[in-house]
Order: sequence, then structure tokens, then C-alpha cells
Amino acid sequence: MQQSKQVENSKLVKKLVVIVIGMFGFGFALVPLYDILCEVTGLNGKTNTTAASTENIRQNKSRTVTVEFLAITNKNMPWQFKPVERRIEVYPGEVKLVNFYAMNESGNDLVGQAVPSVSPGRGATYFNKIECFCFNRQPLKAGAETLMPLTFYIDADLPEDINTLTLSYTMYDVTEAVQGESTQLSQTGE
Amino acid sequence: MSTMTDTHDDHDDHDHKPTGITRWLYTTNHKDIGTMYLWFSFTMFLIGGFMAMIIRAELYQPGLQIIDPNFFNQMTTVHGLIMVFGAVMPAFVGLANWLIPMMIGAPDMALPRMNNWSFWILPFAFSILLASLFMEGGGPNFGWTFYAPLSTTYSNDSTAFFIFSVHIMGMSSIMGAINVIVTIFNMRAPGMTFMKMPLFVWTWLITAFLLIAVMPVLAGTVTMMLTDKYFGTSFFDAAGGGDPVMFQHIFWFFGHPEVYIMILPAFGIVSEIIPTFARKRLFGYSSMVYATSSIALLSFIVWAHHMLTTGMPVAAELFFMYATMLISVPTGVKVFNWVATMWKGSMTFETPMLFALAFVILFTIGGFSGLMLAITPADFQYHDTYFVVAHFHYVLVTGAIFSIMAAAYYWLPKWTGHMYDEKLGKTHFWCSLISVNVLFFPMHFVGLAGMPRRIPDYALQFADFNKIISIGGFAFGLSQLIFLAVVIKCIRGGEKATDRVWEGATGLEWEIPSPAPYHTFSTPPEIK
Repeated sequence: MQQSKQVENSKLVKKLVVIVIGMFGFGFALVPLYDILCEVTGLNGKTNTTAASTENIRQNKSRTVTVEFLAITNKNMPWQFKPVERRIEVYPGEVKLVNFYAMNESGNDLVGQAVPSVSPGRGATYFNKIECFCFNRQPLKAGAETLMPLTFYIDADLPEDINTLTLSYTMYDVTEAVQGESTQLSQTGE
Repeated sequence: MSTMTDTHDDHDDHDHKPTGITRWLYTTNHKDIGTMYLWFSFTMFLIGGFMAMIIRAELYQPGLQIIDPNFFNQMTTVHGLIMVFGAVMPAFVGLANWLIPMMIGAPDMALPRMNNWSFWILPFAFSILLASLFMEGGGPNFGWTFYAPLSTTYSNDSTAFFIFSVHIMGMSSIMGAINVIVTIFNMRAPGMTFMKMPLFVWTWLITAFLLIAVMPVLAGTVTMMLTDKYFGTSFFDAAGGGDPVMFQHIFWFFGHPEVYIMILPAFGIVSEIIPTFARKRLFGYSSMVYATSSIALLSFIVWAHHMLTTGMPVAAELFFMYATMLISVPTGVKVFNWVATMWKGSMTFETPMLFALAFVILFTIGGFSGLMLAITPADFQYHDTYFVVAHFHYVLVTGAIFSIMAAAYYWLPKWTGHMYDEKLGKTHFWCSLISVNVLFFPMHFVGLAGMPRRIPDYALQFADFNKIISIGGFAFGLSQLIFLAVVIKCIRGGEKATDRVWEGATGLEWEIPSPAPYHTFSTPPEIK
């Protein structure tokens, strides 16, 4: 084959390889893109993972909102985990403190991580947590029990048609991940 | 398209080729590599088919009788992986290797050594995948879609082998795709403009772009799986701030273009065969090109129709529903073009044409059930039932596989220099056609009645239909042995094929002798 054709070929190959590498990167870029999209739109019931500020909270005492709490433990998480109060009434802008009860029923020291989700998803962005046990991992010694606090307020801009917000926590066992055991997150292959 | 050349006389036989095993190991010849791809894919087709037979044997009766559920799951998983990555895709790459250089008047593929690599890593990939079935704990059992956390938190220890083999398959596909693009861009004979290229070449060019766009995303997905499972990251693990639903988004961002990767070359094949046996030019050549391109572009914005039941907001569900339905427009253009090509043609019904006709009708049935699945409210009933299984087997078996069969019969005389046994070929066709419908059509009904897919047992009311389906399955599996017989018989001998082979055939590959010489178009033909 002529020299010129080989040069042309390798030029095109280089361009195509760049596309391939770019698309490999794009696959990973989908991860933050997905999170951003969920955060912006409140899709998936994702709430903020950082504390909201307490300044400039607008209040609206003309209506009340029912806030329900759910607490679930993930499979293989041997904790008792439940809200102290299952449902409360608040007005938008009211700063409220509630507690969740947890008890480690196993014989091992474990570390839990609670992951929140708000339903309906549309209301998730109006649910502001000032202090939450879900911001940090929660270590609990074998047999110990604890109360974990959550301080929150509902944004005054919450749409009129949302009268009930359900906040659900799922408690995961992250002990192994914390210990840095890189092999397997949980031994459930069967 | 119908551009003619006179090149017959510059193919004196300088066919010195190396012999023995090294010919196949070291070859850079596009015809040799094409042949190896096709045999490899047929082997995988039989292995994957055998797994389907195991699945159908277990489902012949309600209850658990032959295999345990975990092995059943491994069979559904590996059957899917083998058929998608081992049978359909390599078959199309094999056809591309054989045909694209001959169709555009090039002496070989542009990157012959890479071509050798992209084939020879495939047997390793599939050996690894198949070997994992025999390891302690078994092979992959999380479905060919390997949703997290099934494939991460809950998968068995052989998952690393699965991931590694998917990486290798991906590399092979990417190399093959790069080769196809470079060949088509740089190696066309003088005068072969883009809009004169045969449609098979066009559809493959578009497929190759889809491949380099999404195979890297698949590689990224399995890499995330790998680090989630073995290195403590939490891409898909909610406890660590990840999200298992995100896995589905990333997977289907690859997965939907992937299903078009498996069907666009089929469109190209059928667009070659129907004009030949209708003895008319293809109706609407340029609309075919534009339709194929629009299908490819649309394939990037419809992925979430696989996930309509994951709790997306209504706006997103509507968007993905309408975008999906939009695809039926260019697809409809193609179907109407094929029908218009046959309209008032002088048709004859040799085996390739029979397969192509069955393709048009049965692929359209699969397309219609796809439209039904796209309707969001209806999908809540159909999702994860046998209706879905019926849908994608109509588009993949009677779509992709039938087109590959059609292509094999159509070009076999050019490859071997002998006509295949027409009687045996027609027997293969009719056996396949009847059994494939007995196999897949009743799945629509059991699906609508609520039978879930991927479950080794079922409620008693589905027993009769499942028996019929299984019988159809065994018959379809056995029918493919006739195909093997036809091919072997055709290689060994038979009526000498003429250069043109088919009366109505047009295109450069029919201008060269049959069998095609080892080296063709060493000097490029002139396209008028």
C-alpha cells in the first residue's frame, strides 16, 4: 500500500481512539451527572447530604405539613432501628428535633450508615436537614443502644398540594467498608 | 449500488497462501479472518442454543425437575451473553470482513494485523466466560443485564472472570469497529462515493460508530462493578452514597444502542438480498441511508424505556415513551421500502430470499410488540414477563439470526465456489420458520397472562403453553443442524457457482470469480 494511505489510516485511527477513550470517560462522567440531575430535580427522593443553614428561615404558620418517619434496616443489618415518633405535624419553617432509636442486637461492634429518601420525590428539595445522624457513620458497640437526632425544617415554598412528606431511612452495615476490607462488602454470595 | 466494473481479468491465480494451523493463527487476510469469525459465531450459536435447550427442558413442566434454580439462572445469563456477544455480533463482524473489502473494491481491511488480534482475543474471552460455569459457586447468575446489586453485593466469586471476559469482548468489538470505519473511509475504490456504497456497507459504517460510542461505556460499567465488588467503591451501593438505579441508567445507555448494533447490519443484508431476487433496484436507497442514521441517533435517547417501572417522574416516562415510538418512523420507512422493492418485481424464492422475506414479516411483528412495550402505562403489565422475551426473540432470532442465515446462503456460493443444496436449504428454512413461531409466538400469550421471565418454575395454568414452547424450541434447535449440514456439503463440493451466482445480483463482489480468490482488487476497480 502507498505511504500516503498509511498516514491517512493512522490519522483516522488516532481520532477514533480518542472517541473511544472519551466515551470510556463519559461512562464515568455519567455518575456525577446523575447525582447532579437527581439533586437539582429532587428525583429519586434524594435529599441534601450536607447540613442546611439556620439563617433566614422563612416561616409560614398558615398551614401544617404532616411529616412521617420510616426506618428500615438493610438485609443482614442486625440492628433494631426505629423512629421515636412515627408522625408529627409541623408548619413550614418550624425547626424541629426528632430522635431515632437504634440498638445493636448482634454480638459485634458495627458501624451503620443511614441513607435517606423523601417521598414524594418532588418534595425532597424542600426538606432541609440542619443536623442529621445520616451525615456521618454511626458506630454502635455490641448490644449498645442509642438515640440519634435529626433537626430539620420544611421550606416555606413547599408546593400547596403536598401535605404529607415521608422521610425514610435505610440503615446499612458498612463495618467492613470502614475497616477497609477491600475484598467483599458483604458475604452474601450464598 | 448498481455500478458496474470490468475487473475480472486482473485476478490471475497468485493464491499462494500458507498452510496448516499457522495460516489461521497468523493470517491477516480478510477472507480468512471472516471465515474464522463466522465459524466461531456458529460454534457459539450452538453452545448458546444448547443452553436454551436446557432452559426449555426445565420449563417443559411446572416444578423443578432437571436443574437447580441457581444453575437455571446461570443458563439464562450465559445464554444471553453468548448469543449477544458470541453469536450475533461476531457473525456480523465476520460478514463485514468478508464482504466490505469486496463490496468497496479494496484489497483487504485497512488494518489487517489489528484484524487478526480482534478475532483471536475472542476465543479467550469466551473460554473464560464458559470456564467460570465450572468454578466453585458457578458462573454468572445475575442475568445478561447484570444489574447491581445482584452482580456486585450478591454475586458469586467468579464475577471477576465475567468482568474480564466482557472487557476482552469489548476490546475486540472496538478494534473491529475501528477497522471497519477506517476501511470504509480510506479504502474505497476510485469513484465509489459514499452514496454509491452498497447498503450493507452503509449499515455497517453506522453500526461501527455505534460500537465505538457505547462499547467503552460498557467497559466503564463493568469496571465500576469490579471496583464496587472487589475494591470497596460504592458506585452502585446505596450504603456508600451510590445508587443501584444508576447502574441501570448507565447499562442501558450502552444497552439500547447495542440492540441496534445487532440489527442495523441485518437491515443492510436484507437490502442486498431483496433487490436481487425481486430483480429490481432497491426502492429508496437514500431514504434507507437516512433512516438507518436516524435510528442510530435516536438509539441514544431512548434507554430508559427499559426502566419505565423504576419510579421515574411522569415527565421522563412520557419523554422516553414518545422518543421510543419515534423510532418506528424510520423503521417503518425501511419496511415499506423493502415491500416497495418487491412490488411488481419478478420474484423468485431461493433460500436467501425466503429468509429475507421471513425477516421482513417476523421482524415487523417484533417491532410491533416493541411499540406495545413502549407504551408506559401498558409496560407496567408487560415488564419482566414472557411478553418481553417474545419481543426481543422476534427481533433477534427471526430478525438478526434470520438475516445472518440469509446472508450465509446468499454469499456461500461466492465463498466456496459451489452452489449449496437448494432442497436442503429450503428444508432448513421451513423447519426453522415453523418451529421458531411455535417457540416464540405463544410466549406473547403467557407473558400477557403474567408469567415472569427468568424464573425456573411457573404457575400451573401456564403448563400447556410452556410444553408447546419447549417443543418448538427443541425443533428449532435441531433444525439448525440442517444448516450445518448444508454448509459442510457446500464446502466439500456441489454444482459449480458462476461468477454472478444470482441472476439479479449487482455489486462488486459478483464481478470477481467464484470462489473469491485469496487476493482480490489488488489494483482498484474503476467505478463508473
